[in-house]
Amino acid sequence: MRELSLHILDIAQNSITAGASLVTIRIDEQSANDLLTIAIEDDGRGMSEELQKTVNDPFTTTRSTRKIGLGIPLMKAGALRSGGDLAIQSELGKGTKLTATYRLGNIDRPPLGNIAETILSLVAGNPHSPDFILDYRVGEASYSFDTRTIREALKGLPLNLPEVMAWFKDNLKEGIQELHGGA
Amino acid sequence: MKTLADLEAIRKRTLDNLNTRKDEHSTRVVVGMATCGIAAGARPVMAAFIDEVAKRNLHQVTISQTGCIGLCRLEPIVEITKADEEKVTYCKVTPEIAREIVASHLVNGTVIQKYTIGHIENN
Repeated sequence: MRELSLHILDIAQNSITAGASLVTIRIDEQSANDLLTIAIEDDGRGMSEELQKTVNDPFTTTRSTRKIGLGIPLMKAGALRSGGDLAIQSELGKGTKLTATYRLGNIDRPPLGNIAETILSLVAGNPHSPDFILDYRVGEASYSFDTRTIREALKGLPLNLPEVMAWFKDNLKEGIQELHGGA
Repeated sequence: MKTLADLEAIRKRTLDNLNTRKDEHSTRVVVGMATCGIAAGARPVMAAFIDEVAKRNLHQVTISQTGCIGLCRLEPIVEITKADEEKVTYCKVTPEIAREIVASHLVNGTVIQKYTIGHIENN
């Protein structure tokens, strides 16, 4: 995976599989501290202590089609390579939070990539549940996107209507562009 | 800037369309979105479907996702199910192929054989 936004999409899929009703994605770019933090938090079924111990192991997976799962180990390797780390906090029945850190200026840090497309794919693929929050900060500036607010505005219409998806795309693109000074 | 107020306009506009939508035969587009699919490029494929379906205003089409179906080497995999028709599975789909599938299969009803799993596995 060449972009961190692809890892975000991959990890968020785990939250969906865990039966989450709300998935919060936080991205925080702080160049003053040379730090990029990505956190994905859900209120899904959580992981047992045993599973948490083996979750960084590529030979652990919940999928039934193959015996290896590379999502978390790949993301962790990328974080370690960039002078950061990856940690998971989880409690059965409560949910899971994955936090990955990266040295922003590290030459091995993968680019964030297309965050808008990640959020768009998540919402399009899961229009009924869960809800998604994107909280994206760059220095002092911030952009947030909350499907609960959008659901409310649509008053019962599905989120995956073509016009609504087009609106999402523009809203995300403009919001994220503005964070980076409109460039 | 796109605002929530735009959504109200979209809502009003769509309510009329939705009433007609019920009468049309629905089509499902399912994109594989497990680690294997994502690593192989499923996200831009999904985005191409969303974009093309929105551009053509295909109200009868719903796009969704699924996990790993055990054929990782053939990802990105897309399954198309039209009402009353057998499911068609496309493999190694790119954004360009996705747009072709929308035009040929979804709009004109012609399956593109050369991208189907049967064709790719036998050649």
